[in-house]
Amino acid sequence: MNRFLGFIKKEFLHIFRDYRTLFILFGIPAAQILIFGYAVSMDIKNAGIAFLDLSHDEITMELTDKIISSGFFKKTETLLSYSDVDKVFKKGKTKAVIIFESNFGKKLVSEGKASLSIIADGSEPNTATLVTNYTTAIVNNFNLRFAGDASLNSVRIQPEVKMFYNPNLKSHFMFVPGVITLILILICALMTSVTITREKEFGTMEVLLVSPLRPIQIILGKVMPYFILSFINVILILALSWFVFGLPVKGSMVLLLAESMLYILMSLTLGILISTLSGTMQQAIFISLIGLMLPSILLSGFIFPIENMPKVYDYVSMIMPPRYFIVIIKNIMIKGTGLAYIWKETLILIIMTAVFTGISVRKFKIRLE
Amino acid sequence: MNNAIESSGLSKSFGSARAIRNISFSVDESEIFGFIGPDGAGKTTLFRIITTLLLPDEGYVKVLGMDSVTDYKKLRKEIGYMPGRFSLYQDLSVEENLSFYATVFGTTVKENYDLISDIYSHIEPFKKRLAGQLSGGMKQKLALSCALIHKPRLLVLDEPTTGVDAISRAEFWTMLGKLRKHNITILVSTPYMDEAMRCDRVALIQKGEILAVDTPRKIMLGFSRKLFSVKATEKYRLITALRQFPATITAYPFGDSVHATFTGDIVDPGLYDHLKNNGVTHVSVNETEAGIEDRFLELMNKTA
Amino acid sequence: MENQVIKVRNLVKKFGRFVANDNLSFDVYEGEIFGFLGANGAGKTTAIRILSGLSAPTSGEVIVAGFDANKQSEKIKKNIGYMCQKFSLYEDLTVKENITLYGGIYGMSKQLIKERTGELLEKLNFRDYENRLIADLPLGLRQKLAFSVAILHEPKIVFLDEPTGGVDPITRRQFWEMIYETATRGINVFVTTHYMDEAEYCDRISIMSEGRIVALDTPEQLKKQYKAASVEEVFIKIARPVVN
Repeated sequence: MNRFLGFIKKEFLHIFRDYRTLFILFGIPAAQILIFGYAVSMDIKNAGIAFLDLSHDEITMELTDKIISSGFFKKTETLLSYSDVDKVFKKGKTKAVIIFESNFGKKLVSEGKASLSIIADGSEPNTATLVTNYTTAIVNNFNLRFAGDASLNSVRIQPEVKMFYNPNLKSHFMFVPGVITLILILICALMTSVTITREKEFGTMEVLLVSPLRPIQIILGKVMPYFILSFINVILILALSWFVFGLPVKGSMVLLLAESMLYILMSLTLGILISTLSGTMQQAIFISLIGLMLPSILLSGFIFPIENMPKVYDYVSMIMPPRYFIVIIKNIMIKGTGLAYIWKETLILIIMTAVFTGISVRKFKIRLE
Repeated sequence: MNNAIESSGLSKSFGSARAIRNISFSVDESEIFGFIGPDGAGKTTLFRIITTLLLPDEGYVKVLGMDSVTDYKKLRKEIGYMPGRFSLYQDLSVEENLSFYATVFGTTVKENYDLISDIYSHIEPFKKRLAGQLSGGMKQKLALSCALIHKPRLLVLDEPTTGVDAISRAEFWTMLGKLRKHNITILVSTPYMDEAMRCDRVALIQKGEILAVDTPRKIMLGFSRKLFSVKATEKYRLITALRQFPATITAYPFGDSVHATFTGDIVDPGLYDHLKNNGVTHVSVNETEAGIEDRFLELMNKTA
Repeated sequence: MENQVIKVRNLVKKFGRFVANDNLSFDVYEGEIFGFLGANGAGKTTAIRILSGLSAPTSGEVIVAGFDANKQSEKIKKNIGYMCQKFSLYEDLTVKENITLYGGIYGMSKQLIKERTGELLEKLNFRDYENRLIADLPLGLRQKLAFSVAILHEPKIVFLDEPTGGVDPITRRQFWEMIYETATRGINVFVTTHYMDEAEYCDRISIMSEGRIVALDTPEQLKKQYKAASVEEVFIKIARPVVN
């Protein structure tokens, strides 16, 4: 036992003596949360919008008013002809142009339909999609009311856009769970794989192997400090999101922490697996970053919904642990659901942990070669 | 007397490259046994097999009476190993490195302090300094202290003197000599021939094969011819001229002279004229005693 | 007197309050094999950096290959060669690629590189290895090639840092023969090493201790002066290790 404690003490000395590691461990998660929370906000507020009103009647004016007063948009310019559209985009402030056809009001009253075009700046696809969605929603709303006023017959079923759980579509509600998921796997896997390969590279592994330390002691000794630190990290991130964004944890805190422990453990074992596959720190870092970070971001459903992906990616994403944890954490934090809804994902993570541990212990060499 | 190490027919290949081939030797208890040979001769591979880090393809080695393959767990408690690159944690202090290795082997620095005191006392004034900031000689002493801290019965040192200055090397060998009184068997490797003289017995190793095993003295006496040391002002011309001389068998530069052997083990009087005609001046020829390196060269030429 | 290729007068190099080189003065001559010895931390590395134009002296005069280390360090770099044991050739390039690369670095014309490459391969008996990766060559061949590449551009001086560490006795002698041959062509060979038997091959050696040169003479004279059987004994007698 003394042996093992001595080993853990040594690991902590490595960590605390290396300011860069400490910074990566605690600084980067905090920075990520703040950056994602503030800067990369996916809400639109005061997006520039221009109007080309070829009809100029009561209805188009009312609709324009509605759109501007929604609070999402700011009117940049009133255009006079189609040729102005291109120019106004080039100025850069305008993200979308709304065009009412001529005789818009007349047509709507007499024929029951009129056409309105939204031209969005496709060079910023995210903003463009959002602007398009928001305007469509406002127009539909208006359309519905107008139709309701006129006659019941013309009421059409309108797609209703309503946000459950995140009624204001606040994007940090989405991002905090995503960042926790990403940060944990990255840091845990990266740190453990680097710390083991470092011993190989500096030749100290040779001496450890020739000592009476057993492989499982070496592995656990490497994992334990990071397990503790990562767990502290989770608590810090949750506290940070609560104080800065007021993000509550709707479900059970105990369950959330327990699930986080499981996920941390899974990531740590994955790190050990990476270290047994790589001979140098460089390789370990490369595998962790390129092999883990990119797929985690792209395929976990963190940014791009899995439902919209081609089937192949869907299958690939099934082996990505973050995919499951993101479901778990969102369920607990935002929806407030219990284990009954997430037992499947939990089970998958447990199996993954067991498999990674099994392979690493088996692959961890008691000799060189 | 018991054998501390006994090996028979050890061979090991990495892919198509043969690292060592049919190595058999034995080391007596409490002796300093040196493996002398250039880089790539197979010294490190052999040491890794002895320290249970590698499995041999063929043959066996018994270390302290235990088999290196089957008894590796027991054996690992008895070996102190210092790999080629001083395996210290650069970001831990001198003191922390030492106490870490002590706990790993289930002991304390205090318990075996008397064993390392000779060596550790040189670096103790700097015990708070990080290992990464030590000079080469100090690193070497710390690594040796770490390898000794659990009082091993066998100490395996892989090229402990590479990259260390001459004074530290001399100190290092003196320390190894002092360890003799603790009944520790020491296995050491070096590419430098002159260090052979500090060992009780040595094995000359080249291209994975042992060329000779004996005391340094006897290895030197094994040189089969009379050896002459030839000096002159123009060294390069001297070497080329000596080689052109018909009675010359070998001529190798050796420091400030050229070591040469001649047919019949005599200096043909015509040599002086020959050298003079080739523009070599101030020639002196003296018979000299062959060193380990002379013998190594002779053995290399025989096998080549 | 012969031509000086290195002339050092009252060289001082300080790092803050630490004096790494304390008033060094020495000359090295054309065609001479000069051994530069000293314990770890004695100030050898600092001095060599200055001599090879990588760092400027704090004060004093340093002339290398006719150029002033204070003002013309770029010119110095072009006129010296450098080879160290650890890194000299790119392991993932072939023999020929390495030669071409170094020729290019030193601004040699394509025609000249081609000529010299041919000569070099012929001399080393390397024709068969031309297209082999450095990583596949035995250590001894690598060392010989590294040395040949370091003098490819016919520098006035070549600096060798522990050139024969770890090579077998035969290769080591071939290497020293190459050094002798180079010296007879008038190139100055400046060798640093921890291994004193290496020092015995030199024409003259200097021994540094605590930033100063404490001895400078032929190996023979030094041995006589200190009543020692070898340079190693001389070294141990006069070069105290620096316990920093």
